[in-house]
Amino acid sequence: MDAFTKLTAIAAPLPMANVDTDKIIPARFLKTIKRTGLGVHLFDTLRYDADGKERADFVLNQEPYRKAEVLIAHENFGCGSSREHAPWALLDFGIRCVIAPDFADIFFNNTFKNGILPVRLPREVCDQLMEDAKLGENARITIDLEEQVVVRPNGEKIHFEIDPFRKHLMLNGLDDIGQTLQHAPKIDAYESRQKTEKSWMPAISV
Amino acid sequence: MAEKSPRTLFDKVWDAHVVEKLPDGTCVLYIDRHLVHEVTSPQAFEGLRLAGRKLRRPDATIAVADHNIPTMGRANGIVEEDSRIQVETLERNVVEFGVPYFPILSPEQGIVHIIGPEQGISLPGTTIVCGDSHTSTHGALGALAFGIGTSEVEHVMATQTLLQRPAKNMLVRVDGKLRPGVTAKDVVLAIIGKIGTAGGTGYVIEYAGEAIRGLDMAGRMTVCNMSIEAGARAGMIAPDETTFAYVTGRPYAPKGAALEAALAWWKSLPADEGAVYDKTVVLDAAEISPMVTWGTNPEAVVAIDATVPNPAAEADEAKRAQLERMVAYMGLVPGQKMTDLKIDVVFIGSCTNGRIEDMRAAASIAKGRKVAPGVRALVVPGSGIVRQLAEAEGIDKVLIEAGFEWREPGCSMCLGMNPDKLTPGQRCASTSNRNFEGRQGPGGRTHLVSPAMAAAAAVTGHLVDPRELG
Repeated sequence: MDAFTKLTAIAAPLPMANVDTDKIIPARFLKTIKRTGLGVHLFDTLRYDADGKERADFVLNQEPYRKAEVLIAHENFGCGSSREHAPWALLDFGIRCVIAPDFADIFFNNTFKNGILPVRLPREVCDQLMEDAKLGENARITIDLEEQVVVRPNGEKIHFEIDPFRKHLMLNGLDDIGQTLQHAPKIDAYESRQKTEKSWMPAISV
Repeated sequence: MAEKSPRTLFDKVWDAHVVEKLPDGTCVLYIDRHLVHEVTSPQAFEGLRLAGRKLRRPDATIAVADHNIPTMGRANGIVEEDSRIQVETLERNVVEFGVPYFPILSPEQGIVHIIGPEQGISLPGTTIVCGDSHTSTHGALGALAFGIGTSEVEHVMATQTLLQRPAKNMLVRVDGKLRPGVTAKDVVLAIIGKIGTAGGTGYVIEYAGEAIRGLDMAGRMTVCNMSIEAGARAGMIAPDETTFAYVTGRPYAPKGAALEAALAWWKSLPADEGAVYDKTVVLDAAEISPMVTWGTNPEAVVAIDATVPNPAAEADEAKRAQLERMVAYMGLVPGQKMTDLKIDVVFIGSCTNGRIEDMRAAASIAKGRKVAPGVRALVVPGSGIVRQLAEAEGIDKVLIEAGFEWREPGCSMCLGMNPDKLTPGQRCASTSNRNFEGRQGPGGRTHLVSPAMAAAAAVTGHLVDPRELG
């Protein structure tokens, strides 16, 4: 996973609430055994018409948002399925940060695992950032994870909260599994306790 | 030893699985059961392979293909190449990593959330995860069960744990008795309508109250299944005699002395008196009617005798825009009666409503009736075992006689990853769990309903209160 430290980039406004994972990446594109290559299908039904032609009114089909690395949306972003294909598709398109008032739990977890930073900010701040984003190329936004601030094009800094453990993993691009395996002796000990305390637990075999 | 403060069901299951609590409150949480399917696992197995890691507990893992397998003629193989590759990849991975697997032609095969409880793999008081958001289903047994992404699937494979912070506790109590003909699906749709699609975000929901206690295990699973549609990663119901009777005798459930030991622990799980919930929501069972969704998220739900809401009545501009988009996508007119909506397709199945009880509910409406002209009606049992049971009861014959298609088990038209999908503009009465735009096929229009209402829609050709069909 790539580390996330500081990003200055074009932000795309997507003023929709409840952007579900079927909107982000429809199920028919989940038949892959890879993590890459999904960017072309990101927001497929919003982005393309029935003939596969780009819809001119969709933000990611417009300049300069084709190069957006930040997405700004409304409440409950990423609701629905657990598919990690949703952050994979965002990442493959080039999105490294999503800003919204709140996120669905599973999607929220999944973004961190892929070096995408989800930033929770109040609705009115998101609306303000969307207005900034509408200014396009000249309105780059900065997300500084170390400082925990979003910097508006006018220089105003907006603080955001993030779990310290997740921040540490993101700043250093650390693999969760590697972190957990540092606790392997504790896991071993737990398992041996369980063998006596929950000896009733059947093993699965076919 | 200091007295422990009263704990909820969730607290007890959580506490029993904390391997280690890190300084910032993140916990290393032990996972008892890992359910694996073909869509969200290939990249996880690949990750293990690249890192040279083993799968830590094959004996706590079960794999099955369900999402994109065909529901007709599967003995002849999978025609769609990308689906076939995904299933073949799973079959290679389970061999390489030694994971127990129910092959697609075995009777044990089925939707992962149907077969876990059915086989006794999902047990009370356990932690259960799967790379699928409807893992919340298993919470009906009093387990802590939730969906995870593929990176977390890999994490569980490698470590048998997850890094998690405890959720908040929400109690949803449904007091009193349900009226005759009102089902578990109607209850959960009413709950989602009340708390909203994000109302449960950050919470684990415990369902309680007389109406929940009165549900059989199939109904409880239907309720817990849709917790995620209210934003809650997990839903739970305290285990009781109904639970214990269901679990006892299942192939992978503990037996004899082991069962006695398990029961002693399971009986200690219900919330202590005085346990505190961060939020409590109460519904009156007597006020719940047969429900149907009208829009494109599960909170856009009304009673079957209601009309399509008018977005103009919404004061908030962004919300109004969303409602207008829903009305347009669904091809509706504000004020239109729900019962006037003609149906093109009926889908009965899924992890929400693919159990034998759901097949029986459909058959009891279908018996002696015919699917309305122009309607296509699919019944997809949730597992090979459900299919066998139904056939032993003659349910298949009743349904086929009435003009329903009786198919092979899988996720099917719930998400349209296999050939079972809607075409643009088709209107479907579906017993599944999500009515998002395009969920059942691009341009498809989904109305979420109970199995009884779905069957009633099939035979009348429009949305209808199943109680009118007796």
